Amino acid sequence: MVADDAPPVKARDLVKRYDDVVAVDHIDLNVQAGDVYGFLGPNGAGKTTTLRMALGLITPSEGTVELFGRDPLRHGARALQGVAGFVEAPRFYPYLSARKNLELLAALDGDGARERIAEVFEIVELTARAKHRVGGFSHGMRQRLGIAAALLRRPRLLILDEPATGLDPGGMRDMRLLIRRLAGDGITVLLSSHQLPEVQELCDRVAIVDSGRVVYEGALADLRRQGGAGYRLRTSDDARALEVVRKAPSIEHASIGEHGLGFQADERAVGELSLALARERIAILALTPELATLEDLFFRLTEGGEGGSGNGAAESSAGAASSATTSGVVPVG
Amino acid sequence: MSAASASPPLLAAPAAGARRPSTLTVWRWELRKLISQKRTFLGFGLAVVLPLIFVIVQSLREPHDHGHGSDSIFTSQITQSGLATPVLMLHFLSVFMLPLIASLVAGDIVANEDGNGTLKTILTRSVDRGQVFTAKALAAMLYATLAVFLSAAVATAAGVAAWGFNSITTFSGTVVSAPKGLLLVFAANAVYLIPLLTVASIAVLLSTTTRNSAASVVGSIGVVILLFIVAQIPGLEGVRPYLLTEQFEAWHGLLRTPTDWGPILHSLWVCALYAVPSLGAGYLVFLRRDVAGG
Repeated sequence: MVADDAPPVKARDLVKRYDDVVAVDHIDLNVQAGDVYGFLGPNGAGKTTTLRMALGLITPSEGTVELFGRDPLRHGARALQGVAGFVEAPRFYPYLSARKNLELLAALDGDGARERIAEVFEIVELTARAKHRVGGFSHGMRQRLGIAAALLRRPRLLILDEPATGLDPGGMRDMRLLIRRLAGDGITVLLSSHQLPEVQELCDRVAIVDSGRVVYEGALADLRRQGGAGYRLRTSDDARALEVVRKAPSIEHASIGEHGLGFQADERAVGELSLALARERIAILALTPELATLEDLFFRLTEGGEGGSGNGAAESSAGAASSATTSGVVPVG
Repeated sequence: MSAASASPPLLAAPAAGARRPSTLTVWRWELRKLISQKRTFLGFGLAVVLPLIFVIVQSLREPHDHGHGSDSIFTSQITQSGLATPVLMLHFLSVFMLPLIASLVAGDIVANEDGNGTLKTILTRSVDRGQVFTAKALAAMLYATLAVFLSAAVATAAGVAAWGFNSITTFSGTVVSAPKGLLLVFAANAVYLIPLLTVASIAVLLSTTTRNSAASVVGSIGVVILLFIVAQIPGLEGVRPYLLTEQFEAWHGLLRTPTDWGPILHSLWVCALYAVPSLGAGYLVFLRRDVAGG
């Protein structure tokens, strides 16, 4: 039985080494029930390796990972009860039809999974191709079949590794809608993705990994607030306003452009700035907050700032942390 | 995908304490996978075609050609009893062809799934790794068993059709009736399974450890060839009784009167010395290995 009060995913000090290469370097993850949790990172950051360890496919060199309180290494297949998904592209037997593939997987699931085959084919809109051999399926169809195979297990936790990769725009949209609907049904989703707009649209919490280390874990809204607490200001006299802004405490990165002033500050500093502008008899025409996009934050955290690039796990992580700190993002560890 | 439409929850909540599938279920699906692959029938095809070729060629030879220069009592009986055919086929195929047929599947059964990435697909379902390995090993064993008996059945049918269902003379010169001869033929094939399933065990081990189908098939046949060579090396005569390849002829004991159980029992424990560590090591490797292929 799945432990109801245990978090869907809890990883502690997870490490995976391949000889001298550290693919995953002391990663902690905390996926809570109901999360749509984005797992982000550049290629080779250790995302897929981490997911493999979570599903019990590979053994951690150090640390533990538990799914609903169960460690796949200790509990075997029982640890995967209520858990489904795929890492990398979903794989099927090319010489069997889609239906036979799902019948096989349903047989390996037990628990009446076979009775849900028609239902999951409907969900992923593959009913018409159910009798066709998977060997002739397009990449997108295999991705959809992968989702169908996962849904057979009636998961409480769905682990998806790049589910939209290789899909056309329509397929990507449908995938996003499906994930949102599954999340709406109460399924916790751990979504590894390169598609930053997808993550920004779907996820409420994220972990960003770089060179095997988590450089941020937390609410996406917090990350955007902390990392991108920027403001755009238009006044009756932007040139004089810039001088006031530059003199104001706790305001950074002030600049002037075609559309007025830009700066970063917390709310308290903005309040004091408005009073200072009033004292200088400069009228505020518009003051709008501008949250950084996930893409801005992602590159800031994983490339150590604009144009920067880490060399090796430690340097990269330090670079990311440094950059994140200056921009207000609080990195993990 | 039909996610956008407003409708009830996509899937009901999972039942608590769901029943997990048995190893028998996993094994049945291993068999279904086997019969869906062409290479499965390549081995069966060889097991069928070779006895047929043998019978056709022998039928075309002049009667006085049979048995000349042969050291086997059964060669001289080819045209006298159809039951000599399955015995001779077992004699010919047991050394190389049947081990090859067994290795074709046993050497592929884990490595193929690893290479295609389907191993991770089935290992993320509700079955333990031990169940998957056991089912795969049993499927490979059943395949080897079917290949042997298929070959024997075809050889018997073809031989009897060509030369009749007649009594046959055993290694010890005793004439046995046709029904008893038929029983002995299939019993001999059953005894031959002891070393053959040992070869299959080695192939399963190689399939698990090398993750490469070709290497596993070639490797297991390589082991057989290596042991044949070792058996020929002067000075190693004392080792010969303990070589796996020497057990390929243990079935001869059944075709003697009285039955010589000595080589059969010897074959049992010698083969166990090869098969048990192979399967045990394969099992442990499979339980602990990283599955990252595909």
